[in-house]
Amino acid sequence: MIQLSSHEETTEEEIEIPKRDDIREDLISKLKDDLGESLVATEIIAEVDVWARVTKEAWLETAQILLTRYNMKYFNFLSAIDWLPSPFGRDMDAQVDQPEPVTPEEMTWGTTGGETRFQLLARVHDPENHLGISLKVDLEDTDLSIESWSSIYPGADWHEREVSEMFGITFLNHPNPVKLYLPGDFEGYPMRKDFALLARRIKPWPGIVDVEDMPGEESEEDEVDA
Amino acid sequence: MSDTADTKQMAYIAAQAADARVNLEIETEGMTLNIGPQHPATHGTLRIVVRLDGEQVISADPLMGYMHRGYEKLTEVRTYPQVTTLVNRIDWLGSFANEVPFILAAEQLMEVEAPPRAQWIRTALFEMSRIANVVLFLGDMGVQLGAVTPVFFAFRDREFILNQIEAVTGGRFHPNFDRIGGLKDDLPKGWIDETRGVLKRIRNFCDEIETLVVGNEIFQSRTRNIGVIPADIGLSYGLSGANIRSSGVDWDIRRDGGVGLVHNELDWKVWTHPDGDSFARFWVRLQEVRESCTMIEQILDGIPSGPVMAKVPRIIKVPAGEAYVETENPLGVMGYYVISKGDLTPFRVKIRSASFNNVSITPWLLKGVYVPDVISILASLYFILGDIDR
Repeated sequence: MIQLSSHEETTEEEIEIPKRDDIREDLISKLKDDLGESLVATEIIAEVDVWARVTKEAWLETAQILLTRYNMKYFNFLSAIDWLPSPFGRDMDAQVDQPEPVTPEEMTWGTTGGETRFQLLARVHDPENHLGISLKVDLEDTDLSIESWSSIYPGADWHEREVSEMFGITFLNHPNPVKLYLPGDFEGYPMRKDFALLARRIKPWPGIVDVEDMPGEESEEDEVDA
Repeated sequence: MSDTADTKQMAYIAAQAADARVNLEIETEGMTLNIGPQHPATHGTLRIVVRLDGEQVISADPLMGYMHRGYEKLTEVRTYPQVTTLVNRIDWLGSFANEVPFILAAEQLMEVEAPPRAQWIRTALFEMSRIANVVLFLGDMGVQLGAVTPVFFAFRDREFILNQIEAVTGGRFHPNFDRIGGLKDDLPKGWIDETRGVLKRIRNFCDEIETLVVGNEIFQSRTRNIGVIPADIGLSYGLSGANIRSSGVDWDIRRDGGVGLVHNELDWKVWTHPDGDSFARFWVRLQEVRESCTMIEQILDGIPSGPVMAKVPRIIKVPAGEAYVETENPLGVMGYYVISKGDLTPFRVKIRSASFNNVSITPWLLKGVYVPDVISILASLYFILGDIDR
C-alpha cells in the first residue's frame, strides 16, 4: 500500500569521503574569508567538533552566512554561559552548617577563550553533510544586549526568551520578548552563577557531593574492576 | 486596587475588546480558548491559549513552565554520576535514552571508551526505551482522535518491554544504569531468549496498530493533510526525530555520525515520508518501532563477550574542556553541551531536549487550523512535558 523507504546511500558513502577534520578545516578557512576580522577565534577537535567565536557586531551576519552559504539549515540550540566562578564555593553542594568564606577565583574560559563574563553559545547544523558548528560571542557586562536570530532561524525565538529570563540578556528586535518559563513578576536571573540555589540554603541535602573513600579501602581499589 | 492590577485589568479588557472584533466583514466574534494546563489532550501541563474566529485558530500561544525543575542549574551542584539520576526524568517514558548522550559527553571529555559489550547492551537498552516510549504514542494517538482501543493494546505490550528493562536495570522507569565507562551490570541469565519473545509481541502490536489505526478511514481523514510541516521550516525551527523525517528529511543521527553506540554495525533502515502531515508522523514512528525490533534482534545475535565496564577511577573528575554529544532519542535529537573545569561537578550543562524545539513550531503550525485538528496536530508532534520544561 504505502511503499516508501529511505535513500540507500550506505554504499556510496563507503567509497571515499574526505576525513572529517579536512571538512572542518575547510569550513573554518572559508568562514575566515567570509567574516574576516569578525572571526575572533576558532578551534577544531579533529573528527569531533568545531567552534568559532565571532564579534558581537557580526552575530546576526554570521547566522545569515551560515544559513545561506554553508547550508546550515538546522537550528540546534541557543544558550548562554556565565563564566563567573560560583561565589558560593562548594557550600551549595555539600552539607555544611557554616558556609566557609570563599576566596574569589580567577575567571577562566573554555574552548575558543573569551574576554567577558557572559558568552552566548549557539549551534547550527548542516543536515545533509552532517556537520555542526558551535558559535560563541562575548557580551560586555555594561551592555548585555545583542541582535536576535529569530529573523533568520525562527526556532531561536523560544531559546532567546529562555536565555533572556535566565541570564538577563536582552535580544534586540525579538518578536515576542516576554518570559518563557518564569512568572511575569519574577526577579533575578536564575542561571547566573551568583543566583543562590535557595533550596540548598534552606534545607541541607543529605547527599554530600564529595565522595570519600570507604573505611579500610586502599587506593588500589580506586579503579573499578572489570 | 493597585496600579499593577489596574494595568492588568486594562490589558484584559483590551484583549476582550480585540477578541470581539475579529472579523468585521462577516461579523463574527472572536474567542479565547484555554487548552490546559490540565487537559487530557495535553500530556501534562502544557497550556495553549488559542484565539479563535469561529472554529478557526487565529493565534496559538503555548505557555510553559508549570513543570520547570531547573535541571541545568541543578547539574552544577551534582557530581557526574549523580547527574544521570536527574536527566533520567527529562523524558520519563524513554528514560535510559536520556542518560546515554550525557554519559557519552563525559566519556568524550575523559577520553574513556566503554568496552564493546557495554556499547552493544547500551544500544539494545537505548532502542528498548525507544520502543517503550513510542509504543505509548502509537496507542495514545488513537485516544486523542476518539479511538480508545489502541491505548489498551499499547499499555498491555509496553509492560513486557518494561519488564525486560527492569530485569536488566532494576528500574522500570528510571533505570539509572549507564555509567561513565560502561554499564553497572551485565545482562541477567536467560534475558536474551526472553527478549526475543517480547520483540515478537511488539511486532504483533505494530501489525495490530497498522490494521486498527493506520488503515482506519476516520483516522486517515483526521490526519492526512493536517498540520503539514515543510522540510525547510521544520529545520529552521530545529525539529528533529520522526517529526522531521516525516517531512522528507533523510537524517538520523544513529546512522549519520552518531558516536558511542553501535547502530552503524547493524543492518537497518531510516524511514522517511514525503507528506509532512500528522499521518506521516504517525506512520514514520510506527516503522521506527519495527526497525528498533530489527536492531535489537541483531544485537541479541551478535552481542560480543567481555567486560561491561572500562577502567575508570572510582571518584570521577572530568578534565577541563567542552563537549557536545547528541543522540537520536525517542522524541528526537537530544544533546548535552557539557563544560567542565576539571572538577567533580560540571561547570555548566546545556540540555538540548527534543520536545522544546519540536513544540516551538506550534504557534506557526496551529495558525489557521480548526479546533479539532489542534488536538490531532499536538498529539502527532508527540512531546513529553518534562522534555520541554526540563
